[in-house]
Amino acid sequence: MEFYYGLAQIVGVHTLLGLSAYIVLLTGQVTMAQAAFFGIGAYVAGMLTVLAGWHIVPALGASAVMGSATACAVGFPALRVKGLMLVVATLAFGEGVRLFFFNFDYQIARGDLKLGPVGSEGFRQIRYFPEHGWTTGEVMLFIWVFVVLVMAVLWWFDRSRYGSVLRAVGEDELAAQSVGINLTAVKVSAMTIGGAIAGLGGGIFAHYTTHIEHSNFNVLVATFAIAYPIVGGLSNVFGTLAAVIFVQAFLIEGLRDLGDWRNLLFGALIVLAMNLRPHGLFGKRRGSSHA
Amino acid sequence: MLELRRAARYFGGVRAVDGLDLTVAEGQIFGLIGPNGSGKSTAVNVITGLFPLTSGEILFQNESLAALPTHRRLQLGIARTFQNIRLFGQLTVWQNLWVAQNSPEDRARRSFFARWLGGEKGVRAEISQLLEFSGLSARQDELAANLSFGEQRRLELARALATKPKLLLLDEPAAGMNSEEIGHLRERIIKLRERGVTILLVEHVMELVMGVTDRIAVLNFGQKIAEGTPAQVQNDPAVKKAYLGGA
Repeated sequence: MEFYYGLAQIVGVHTLLGLSAYIVLLTGQVTMAQAAFFGIGAYVAGMLTVLAGWHIVPALGASAVMGSATACAVGFPALRVKGLMLVVATLAFGEGVRLFFFNFDYQIARGDLKLGPVGSEGFRQIRYFPEHGWTTGEVMLFIWVFVVLVMAVLWWFDRSRYGSVLRAVGEDELAAQSVGINLTAVKVSAMTIGGAIAGLGGGIFAHYTTHIEHSNFNVLVATFAIAYPIVGGLSNVFGTLAAVIFVQAFLIEGLRDLGDWRNLLFGALIVLAMNLRPHGLFGKRRGSSHA
Repeated sequence: MLELRRAARYFGGVRAVDGLDLTVAEGQIFGLIGPNGSGKSTAVNVITGLFPLTSGEILFQNESLAALPTHRRLQLGIARTFQNIRLFGQLTVWQNLWVAQNSPEDRARRSFFARWLGGEKGVRAEISQLLEFSGLSARQDELAANLSFGEQRRLELARALATKPKLLLLDEPAAGMNSEEIGHLRERIIKLRERGVTILLVEHVMELVMGVTDRIAVLNFGQKIAEGTPAQVQNDPAVKKAYLGGA
């Protein structure tokens, strides 16, 4: 049972990571910065609970705020460019953040122990859950409360006018600004919300792994962040969840017995899935576009 | 209402619009015609702000538009349709109109407090009226991409109207339409004028232009070569030369 609880924790955190990219992808922007916001959230929440002794919930709130503030600040200059240029710009930002954590030392002596992040060794002993006697099952439930909450909010966004505006910008920026939509405001707001979700996810990630380091927030993680909503489809939030389950539970855990063959199959199955369901696992069949 | 003063837009060495003077009075249906590549669409794009002016000035209700981005110009009341239809294909017909309601009045009605006082209800009622005006009521839940060509053209016009324009720029609204559809379009344009919308009609289809406009300007190579009533323009030798070539 512990194994499944652990798997559900991973699925939950990766769902948050995927959803943080989902809302940005709705506006047609491909961002490679989500791993950076995820990392910022992880370090902020970890430092607050370990070094400042905060309760986990306000610490996660702070990581969401830091994630969104960074995303907003990055959004203004970055969203002036589009397409591949935006990919490169956000990639550069993401690597910058990773290298910052690679060199980030901030230790405090606590008795015999020195606590806090130490550059390339990372940040060990983020032991809020074990110290407070949380079981794996409780941690899993805690994580899923946030996942369900975020999914519900995004679901509501999708059905609101704001959701339609995001999709309108994603479809045709020229037409969107010609009907009075402020592109900068819409894109930056989506980026800011995505940053908050990634920050929250990172904060949770730091606490269930108990040890984070710069390589947890590299380009591969940024790629996963956008791969989930793309594989799952942008019709609704459940596509992202389905893609995370497909990748994390089936491809990574389910095929573990295959050893090295897994890596080969991993790529092949994603290609197959995208061919069989070009609009994503949960994508609706949509009309031919001659508009 | 709209005034272009020596407006110019160059693309490298190409003078797409070259020192254009144009005055559209309130309530007019103003035609802008000219051969292919004469700068008509560029003129529309500089008026809406998609392209900045190279030089010159654009005034709308006696205020300079130069510093305003496209979405701010729309809020002043300048809306448009596109020559090659640009709908939000993966949104429904209804949603296409919903996202276009960005007039200051609608923004106020959608503010936090007004929403609870029934503002949103009024906004929705207006979408229904627009759908009726465009003959799209039965298709409101269809994805815009699944509409027929004629329906897409009607939806694009309806979407521009959803922004509550004072000045509507129609960029070749009759392109690809048959004569029955053109007849319906003409009726809609005349109804719009009765509601007080000023219209700048950029068009190739003479059947439509000559029938509805009050005044016409003719462009060639980015410059105005003639202006007047439809009858005056039709008999202008410079216009004949531009269209037919030769002497």
